[in-house]
Amino acid sequence: MLEFLARRLLVALLVCATVLTFAFALTRLGGDLAISIAGPNATAADIEQVRVAYGLDRPLPLQFLEWVGRAATGDFGQSYFFKEKVSKLIFDRLPITFALGLVGLSIALAVALPLGIVSALREGSWTDRAISIVALLGQAMPSFWLGLVLMITLGLHLGWLPISGTGSWEHFVMPGIVLAFSAIPALLRLTRSGMIDALASDYIRTARAKGLSRRSIVLKHAARNAAMPVVSIAAVQLGFMLGGSIVIETVFALHGVGFLAWESISKNDFPTVQAVVLLLACIYTLLTLGADLLNAVLDPRLRAS
Amino acid sequence: MKALRDIGLASGAAIVGAAVLVAVFAPLLVPHDPFAQDLSRRLLPPFWMEGAREGHLLGTDQLGRDYLSRLLYGARISMLIGIATTVASGLIGIALGVAGGFFGGRIDDAVLFAITARLSIPLILVALAVVSVVGSSLTVVVMTLGLLLWDRFAVVARVSTMQVRNLDFVAAAWAAGCSRSRIVLREILPNILSPLAVVATLEVALAILLEAALSFLGLGVPPPLPSWGLMIAEGKDYMFFSPWVIMIPGVALFVLVFGINLLGDGLRNLLRTGRVA
Repeated sequence: MLEFLARRLLVALLVCATVLTFAFALTRLGGDLAISIAGPNATAADIEQVRVAYGLDRPLPLQFLEWVGRAATGDFGQSYFFKEKVSKLIFDRLPITFALGLVGLSIALAVALPLGIVSALREGSWTDRAISIVALLGQAMPSFWLGLVLMITLGLHLGWLPISGTGSWEHFVMPGIVLAFSAIPALLRLTRSGMIDALASDYIRTARAKGLSRRSIVLKHAARNAAMPVVSIAAVQLGFMLGGSIVIETVFALHGVGFLAWESISKNDFPTVQAVVLLLACIYTLLTLGADLLNAVLDPRLRAS
Repeated sequence: MKALRDIGLASGAAIVGAAVLVAVFAPLLVPHDPFAQDLSRRLLPPFWMEGAREGHLLGTDQLGRDYLSRLLYGARISMLIGIATTVASGLIGIALGVAGGFFGGRIDDAVLFAITARLSIPLILVALAVVSVVGSSLTVVVMTLGLLLWDRFAVVARVSTMQVRNLDFVAAAWAAGCSRSRIVLREILPNILSPLAVVATLEVALAILLEAALSFLGLGVPPPLPSWGLMIAEGKDYMFFSPWVIMIPGVALFVLVFGINLLGDGLRNLLRTGRVA
């Protein structure tokens, strides 16, 4: 168990270190940063001034080491555009992105779990096939477009929900629905296959033989065992959702981390872009690490391998 | 049940086939030049609405460009991006996956680590940042997505290679004195192609959706190219009064991606039931 833990932690740390390097390299892709920061109308003197002011005149390895050193202590420097500390900018907006992710995940689970269970109970039937087509439909839905369509229908025509902004919990419903669409197919398929495996197992036959009610067999015995992989995939999906929130936050003008990332990308605000990439990657790594550990605790068989 | 599956596969194939034909023959099919602006004919509605004009079946956009012509050219961009990206990401992913699965040991650890690291990187955010730093063009979008979307190819190629590696015909090839590269290229690759074909269809669909999202955010295919994502972005300001400007390209995008997914799903079922070896 301990060895498993240590190995898993080491991989997570290495992933974070890789992303750290990657995030730094990402902003250096375009060649001279100073030119992009100074803007299209800058003179050579302006560019030189920017270069010195932001420390871009020093050798690249030195810039990298300095950035890593400060990032390790949670200091991502000053935003070029917002003229504020990047860490403060991000932490001010993180709650909104998390709220959106949780709303999205809850909606996705509320749809995917019942559909997956029904699908498994009627494996091979028309219902099963219809539900799998629903999953394919969800997979094909362009999220930004679905967002706009909901704004027109639920927002403008029916007037049920506010169209954009962050004022109340109602502002999170539409973006949450859109975000949920991206996670439903994977969660649904996994619930279905987990339930099918569980229903075919020996302990279910025993439960049937004992004469337990169908309801108790499905919900108490099978669903519990099918839940485990779903929990870990749900964690992974939450990670993807936080990363994917950039599109949805932009569509709905929700001022979370995704919106911040979008703004900083369009304003060439590199310290913020680097920090958000790193942060989202680390959150994802943490979530998957947590899911793996949870699985190891719940299922002793996994620890051995 | 089986009949329904076949319907799914057939309709998927029909949608994809139609999109390929439209993409290839777009210049012959369009009624107007998709780039020609006519400000006296701005935002004309499509044929089923009042005020439609003859000659503009799907109306015109905010610059008076014929919407049907732009939609047909848009199929070109989507198919081009989908296929080119999948070829690029397929080459990377299959190379990595086969290497990991074939050699095992340290090499496999490195491949697994690369997959884990890639999955942790937020896809859209990084793609947007790269396009923004390097500058937007069709080639940049294809290269960026190609470099990011190889993970599923790698996962499937790795597992399939491991399954095939120890089978008798590979052992026979070793015994016959075949070289390592011959075994990989002639014995292993042909036998893992079918699961990879399923991955490829899913990746084409994903690449098309991602391109549309990037173009929608203004960092994908540059205007005036008629990418469907870009058409939705350009129509966004008018959508509350003329919803069809975003409905038409959105439905096209949705139907194409749905068709590709149906095709992929159908292929996977065929493989599982063993009707295609």
